Amino acid sequence: MAAGEAPGTRVRVTSLFFAVYRDILGTSELEIELPEGSNVKALIEAVRKHAAVDELPRHVVVAVNQDYASPETILVDGDEVAFIPPVAGG
Amino acid sequence: MFVTITREPIDTSGLAGRVRSDADGAVILFTGVVRNHHEGRQVVALRYEAYEAMASEKLRAICASVASAYEVTDLAVAHRIGDLTIGDVSVAIAVSAPHRDAAYKASREVIERLKREVPIWKLERYADGEEAWVKGAIPEPG
Repeated sequence: MAAGEAPGTRVRVTSLFFAVYRDILGTSELEIELPEGSNVKALIEAVRKHAAVDELPRHVVVAVNQDYASPETILVDGDEVAFIPPVAGG
Repeated sequence: MFVTITREPIDTSGLAGRVRSDADGAVILFTGVVRNHHEGRQVVALRYEAYEAMASEKLRAICASVASAYEVTDLAVAHRIGDLTIGDVSVAIAVSAPHRDAAYKASREVIERLKREVPIWKLERYADGEEAWVKGAIPEPG
């Protein structure tokens, strides 16, 4: 960190990947740190950058702590964010 | 109300037995069964996967919502995950009600909402050795 730059608080969230998203990312779980105040959209962008090839669809649905959440939802430390591919139960 | 996401075969008559009471004139048992074809391809097996904690919670919420919308006595839902073969029951929904009309409608609403809202996925294995995740529905928050 450069001298004089405020360290800033960061939040640590757990991202979960299921089904086709797990295949795309090659893992079922990632721990990701983001600046405090980051939203779901910022997390999705961070995950896209993590992947070797960005094969996630343009619109990704997520659930924060098991509830479907909008891209604007602010994340807090310890949140569990599941990336939910199109569902096919039944 | 009873909801389970299970790796074991579903006891469908047990599920129907759970919801019946002496005040009920109707018990509807819906079963979803693994079939041997999809979009023209021969399917030999399926694997279901769930975000289990959320799937159970979503199913409970759907049952509660449906129970409040129709004159039903009780609901029970079981969804199987893991490896299934042709003819296996993948999902069962039991609904009891004093009268059949409400039971039919409630049963239908549970399966339709399950397919749109609950985080469960299906991998199809085909006769030619290939496999693919079934293109599902963009989940709608219930």
